[in-house]
Amino acid sequence: MPLTDSLRDDILAAVPSLRAFAISLSGNADRADDLVQETLLRALANIDSFQPGSNLPAWLFTILRNLFRSDYRKRRREVEDAEGNYAKTLKTQPSQNAHLEFEEFRGALEKLPQDQREALILVGASGFSYEDAAAICGCAVGTIKSRVNRARSKLAALLYVDGAEDFGPDETIRAVIGGSGG
Amino acid sequence: MKDLKSQASKSTTPGKGGLTPEIQSRIGHQLRAMYDDVVRQGVPDRFAELIKKLDAPGGAPQVETDGGSSDNNNGRD
Repeated sequence: MPLTDSLRDDILAAVPSLRAFAISLSGNADRADDLVQETLLRALANIDSFQPGSNLPAWLFTILRNLFRSDYRKRRREVEDAEGNYAKTLKTQPSQNAHLEFEEFRGALEKLPQDQREALILVGASGFSYEDAAAICGCAVGTIKSRVNRARSKLAALLYVDGAEDFGPDETIRAVIGGSGG
Repeated sequence: MKDLKSQASKSTTPGKGGLTPEIQSRIGHQLRAMYDDVVRQGVPDRFAELIKKLDAPGGAPQVETDGGSSDNNNGRD
């Protein structure tokens, strides 16, 4: 379909979540914005192939994901500099505790295999249905479900299983609860 | 106080790979917090500019629609 004003507005409206997806995938704010830019250029160049009434965000996410995949293969061996770059994307620094927890979570997320990470982000953060996520990743719905489950289990193992204390600062409360259970 | 500590470490830990609803919701919460942090930054100018520019093929400036005459003449091609 031609690029109408409303379609252009819809594309613009999808930019914030495209950036969030790109940053979650690449862990690097600069590369993420390059990915978004490339995605927008491709989308606008191929706007005729977009089916009116179909899911625009899913279409854009598919383009971005495919670009990331080819980009990732190219850059796989380059040394990552994710840590410093990610911090730059934050407008406001969270409190130190929250920041540590956040860094820890992000670090664990990066340890996931790429397939699992993208599935978890699409379903758990972007809010796509399993069906949409499957279409974006070009795989079966069941595959997405199992990737999401494995991603969650692995994150849980990395972040929470070994330290019950990690659940929160209030060990005392936990001890009291645990003690009264008998 | 020593007792509290030893009791805490003995308290029930989730089984390996066992996703309690508590852990699952915690993961979901952190994932969305991380993601929404970026979403809240909105649309950076470079992307708004990009789309605006590409909207006019050949770089021709778009005629501004500032509520001019509603009497459009389509005769010219």
